[in-house]
Amino acid sequence: MIVETGHFALALALAISLVQAVMPVWAARSGDPALRQTASQAALGAFACVLFAFAALTYAHATSDFSVQNVVENSHTQKPLIYKLSGVWGNHEGSMLLWVLILTLFGACVAVARNSVPPRLRANTLGVQGLITFVFVLFIITTSNPFSRVIPAPLEGNDLNPLLQDPGLAIHPPLLYVGYVGFSISFAFAVAALIDGRIDAVWARAVRPWTLTAWCFLTLGIAMGSYWAYYELGWGGWWFWDPVENASLMPWIAGTALLHSTVVMEKRDALKVWTVLLAILTFSLSLIGTFLVRSGVITSVHSFATDPTRGIFILAILILFIGGSLTLFAWRAPLLRQGGLFAPISREGSLVLNNLFLVAGCATVLVGTLYPLLLEMLTGEKITVGPPFFNSTFVPLAIPLLLIVPFGQALAWKRGDVLAAAQRLFAALAVALVIGLGVLALTWGGPMMAPVGIGLGAYLLIGSALEIVSRARGYGASRTRSLGQIGRRAFGLPRSAWGTSLAHAGVGVVVIGIAAQGWATEGLATLKPGQTLTTGPYTATLERVAPRTGPNYEEAAAYLTVRNRSGDEVGQVETGKRFYPSRKMAVTESGLLTIGASQVYASLGEIGQDGSVGLRLYYKPLVLMIWLGAVVMALGGGLSLTDRRMRVGVPAKARGRALPAATVPAE
Amino acid sequence: MTRKSRRLILIAACGSVLALAVGLILFAMSGSIVFFRSPSDIAQQGIAPGTRLRLGGLVKDGSLKRGPGQTVDFTVTDTNATVEVQYKGLLPDLFREGQGVVAEGTLEPGGLFRADTVLAKHDESYMPREVADALKAQGRWQEGGAKGGPSPKPATASAEKTLGPRSER
Repeated sequence: MIVETGHFALALALAISLVQAVMPVWAARSGDPALRQTASQAALGAFACVLFAFAALTYAHATSDFSVQNVVENSHTQKPLIYKLSGVWGNHEGSMLLWVLILTLFGACVAVARNSVPPRLRANTLGVQGLITFVFVLFIITTSNPFSRVIPAPLEGNDLNPLLQDPGLAIHPPLLYVGYVGFSISFAFAVAALIDGRIDAVWARAVRPWTLTAWCFLTLGIAMGSYWAYYELGWGGWWFWDPVENASLMPWIAGTALLHSTVVMEKRDALKVWTVLLAILTFSLSLIGTFLVRSGVITSVHSFATDPTRGIFILAILILFIGGSLTLFAWRAPLLRQGGLFAPISREGSLVLNNLFLVAGCATVLVGTLYPLLLEMLTGEKITVGPPFFNSTFVPLAIPLLLIVPFGQALAWKRGDVLAAAQRLFAALAVALVIGLGVLALTWGGPMMAPVGIGLGAYLLIGSALEIVSRARGYGASRTRSLGQIGRRAFGLPRSAWGTSLAHAGVGVVVIGIAAQGWATEGLATLKPGQTLTTGPYTATLERVAPRTGPNYEEAAAYLTVRNRSGDEVGQVETGKRFYPSRKMAVTESGLLTIGASQVYASLGEIGQDGSVGLRLYYKPLVLMIWLGAVVMALGGGLSLTDRRMRVGVPAKARGRALPAATVPAE
Repeated sequence: MTRKSRRLILIAACGSVLALAVGLILFAMSGSIVFFRSPSDIAQQGIAPGTRLRLGGLVKDGSLKRGPGQTVDFTVTDTNATVEVQYKGLLPDLFREGQGVVAEGTLEPGGLFRADTVLAKHDESYMPREVADALKAQGRWQEGGAKGGPSPKPATASAEKTLGPRSER
């Protein structure tokens, strides 16, 4: 009964989202502001309906209701509860429902956040958001209904793919989806501005918190996915340049560019048309990502049962939104009042350069991801575009980008002084150079790029610290040398300044973590209990191999003791092979030993009849910095989000003037 | 600085970054792309030794031999032609005789394929798409279910297609 009600709620959401899409247009035609209000109410209603539908599906999974096809295919009575719950989105139908749930959640947030957005812009934004919701709910209902029943109901389910039975499933998809789908708000704002034919700093201020929120979650989601792949797939890599990874990286790069260009728009009222285009492109890339991952054109852990009608439907959605918004852009963008051109050597000039490099990098990833698909479609020739391609295209574009990060920060708005900026950054450059050369001398004969990367990371870290210090020190007459005063002023700096610095420092941490992988080592051996395998500075001894039993699997576990060069024990590692009888599938569980920010990584191979085991051992220096750096970046974004500037809404800005702020054009 | 020269600088910056990106893509495309080949392709085309490629097919029944130090030898077949493969490393969990496999590596002068990466399916009901297509080209594969999902599709068992080509390195 609950399942049918959930299905009905989804159908209701379809109808309500249509109202949400149509009402703002009607309101604009009839000029009745009361109608506009309907869009907000519809957004809340659609969210409530989808939430109910999602709860109904979760209930079916939690209670192992095997009369529901979706539960039969993905659940099992003996599966632990956490995987029963996270298994709701561990399949195509459920994950699309989660997608729509987050979409409507964002719509509801826009509807509730009353003070920050002018009413007309909000209504139009909600209208666009309603159209997106409508199309995706239609997709779920017609091609991927999670509520379909099976008669007669089987006694037991097929269980979830063992690779997905991991706490990562509970965390990674929701984070990633909040990021992906969050960009729909920036998109909706951009389309609303195009419909209105007006865009200004108020628009930039309204759209920025949403973009920033989405960006923070996407950063965390990608990092979490990368860490999950690292420990679950058992071959120690943290990024494979796999199409599904690229699918999430592309909106992230475009979103990063969008974040930076909205700053220019907000501060200098420039780059308007470009910002609108970026907002459209960012969500378009999210949609392309959804298409690549969900349609089955690319096979990966993310693609579930394939059904050609779904792929065609998603392709149609893609064409509707990307084609529609770009057509609208081509038609309306010339109407938008252009901002002025500005001096090339300035903060905004450096942000333009940032955008150029980010977009170029994003384009190379897009080409590398889509080229094999297009080639196969056109010629039938199958090719693989792997890490060598991306390493020789994306990385050379990323390095100059990283070099200008502290530089741009050191330049003033409007008219910057390269020499002054270079002087301010002299300390960072000098220290980074010393660190890089020092590391190079210590590891002479090793990979050359690793010390370069360490130096670059150090430069970014010191550069962001210097930025705070020099802002706290003040400029011109208010410049101070007293440390106490610098400390007090630093404390009083706006949170967005701290957020920016923290996010850029996070990039530095990531770069150091990536660079250190140049020194990663690996070893491979057949071991009997008591024998050892050495890689890098660590030696692992196989203590014993013993069977274990889990809730829904049998496991053969190898117990290892890890010792350092001087023979002291550092810790224990367990790695195992799990066998899931319900799926007749074996999965390797890798073992990790964390030593500071570095890890020793063990992966179990074939277990021989004589009790010997195949073992692969990796030493991953500073590998945790890759993900910790991403967390620092997201924290920086979060800190920026709590800045006063974000919370002070438009009406507060227009305090003392006309009451309804929306009628006051900010231009 | 005049408006004109500012615009010129902007256009020059866009142009040079764009040219850099295009140049990098073209350069990388010429060197780092790996083609997919079936054993029959290798038999017919006479591929030069040392070329990096992806070999796909079925692991021939009874061909798997484990050597010392985690070295494995097996034969990949598409039922018309076969290629001997040698690999040093841990095989994926779902590597089985008689099942689909994709190996990446180089062909040696003697015809031995030295793989540095072996990819297998990651779900019982899934066959690497390239392999399925290659077998279909040989007329040896009857499609059982939906397009691209060549597994027979029982009413309740999911024809999930999961974790395809991920490399083991």
